[in-house]
Amino acid sequence: MIVTANTLHFDSLPLDNGATLAPVDVTYESYGELNAAKSNAILVLHAFSGDAHAAGISPETGQPGWWDNMIGPGKAFDTNKYFVFCSNVLGGCRGTTGPSSINPATGCPYAMSFPVITIGDMVRLQRMLLDALGIPRLLAVTGGSMGGMQALEWAVAHPDRVVAAIPIATTTRHSAQQIAFNEVGRQAIMADPNWDGGSYYGKELPARGLAVARMVGHITYMSDDSMREKFGRRLRGKENFGFDFEVDFEVESYLRYRGSQFVGRFDANSYLYITKAMDYFDLTNGHRSLAVTLEPVQARFLVISFSSDWLYPSYQSQELVRALRSRNCDVAYVELESNYGHDSFLVDVAEQSSLVRGFLASTFEKLS
Amino acid sequence: MSAQAVKKQAFVRELLGRSDYAIIGEIVEPQTKVLDLGCGEGELLEWLAQTKGVDARGVEISSAKVQRAIARGVSVFQSDIDAGLADYPDYAFDYVILSQTLQETRHPRQVLGEMLRVGRRGIVAFPNFGHWRVRCSMLTSGCAPRTALFPYEWYDSPNIHFLTVHDFENLVALERYKIERRYFLAGRRKVHTLPNLMAEVAVYLVTRE
Repeated sequence: MIVTANTLHFDSLPLDNGATLAPVDVTYESYGELNAAKSNAILVLHAFSGDAHAAGISPETGQPGWWDNMIGPGKAFDTNKYFVFCSNVLGGCRGTTGPSSINPATGCPYAMSFPVITIGDMVRLQRMLLDALGIPRLLAVTGGSMGGMQALEWAVAHPDRVVAAIPIATTTRHSAQQIAFNEVGRQAIMADPNWDGGSYYGKELPARGLAVARMVGHITYMSDDSMREKFGRRLRGKENFGFDFEVDFEVESYLRYRGSQFVGRFDANSYLYITKAMDYFDLTNGHRSLAVTLEPVQARFLVISFSSDWLYPSYQSQELVRALRSRNCDVAYVELESNYGHDSFLVDVAEQSSLVRGFLASTFEKLS
Repeated sequence: MSAQAVKKQAFVRELLGRSDYAIIGEIVEPQTKVLDLGCGEGELLEWLAQTKGVDARGVEISSAKVQRAIARGVSVFQSDIDAGLADYPDYAFDYVILSQTLQETRHPRQVLGEMLRVGRRGIVAFPNFGHWRVRCSMLTSGCAPRTALFPYEWYDSPNIHFLTVHDFENLVALERYKIERRYFLAGRRKVHTLPNLMAEVAVYLVTRE
């Protein structure tokens, strides 16, 4: 399945910080057909470093989408039945307006003059996309990690437009540990002399800083078990230690490769802005408790967490589930056994698929 | 009749083979809200949703069973029953079902209390430890009883509290709950005399007075 991205243009977007961003582009991909009743639309929300290319093969890169194992004909998000779409988030660098976009007022990239954005702003822009596509209500909103935060924001901010929500490996608010890891990433970028206050466009990129940020990120996405299984203490292309600071271990080689690969596809300033949005995220925002926040929610929920995910631990999903139950919401929850850490929702999808398939089928059945 | 309908018929017959399910189906009114504690793979809930249009929810401790229940479209969450009800508001459900699970809970008295807090009515089905076959088994063997309903060795039985029809009614009286209906079963037959001796399974519809 070869898929192409589309871009829509909006005149302006009001932001949570009081500013207005104008104009704004949104890049999205879609798979499957919207039915006549427009009742089969599923919005898939990508995680921190993802993009609109969720499924199929990109004609530019030849790469499969980041959730290609979940979306497609006969898969969990069955494109023979459902219309599935995914857009690059606000602040991103893959087609939707972000700090690397040209500010029409100056003719230069926004860089650090880009306004600080929130998960709520991302969802507001997605709602404009929904309106533009003429979709009254989403059969489901779903995503893992930061995608799950957006799914939660959707269910609370637009309760009348969400029939079901599937937040996976996520939280209702970032913990101190999650903020801490993001801050290490940001400091690594800003400590790179090439970052230059964010004005590196057209010059040498802050590649070292961004690569180090990504290396830290990758450690948090795996687990002790999965790293032991994947690398152990194996040496990389040598029989003995080199007694220098070149690559000795497989795990070093892997992290360096992942770090340098990331530099080619991700903007350092987007890293700063998007991680900040995640850190600001708190669904209870201004309310007495999570249960009070969830009062307007109408959607039914499928919440999934993973046993080895220490970045978004199960207790965070369970807090959400308990608050939903206290509101007597329709919620299914399970912690899946997996060794892959936070990455589980992307790579260990056999059980996740059967859950999503059944949950969507019963939701769709109740609707029609 | 379509192939799927034939399959469904067979499934229902199979389901009703567990006699307490048939009784529960008889008790539950259509279009109500039902919570099944220890719902296993959600067979009963799925059947109630299909035949009675109930809003069906479940609690189950086993991750594998929760997965199969969700895959069949039933909203189940993974939790143990002893702790699992605290979050629900009062009277969140019309019925809370405890089907052959009471004897497996650590604190059955609290579980009953919680059931009747979150539900207007409780449906409790349990294997009767007072059945004559259980009594004979113990009397003749001198060992912990093993019968069709209590097939486990004492060391790997999930049952941690053994109760009889009398025991249950005594607890209900002690807590001042009200028994609205009671059914006694041996196999698929209803038992009308000497239930504490003759019933293999007892099913109660209980409310707070």
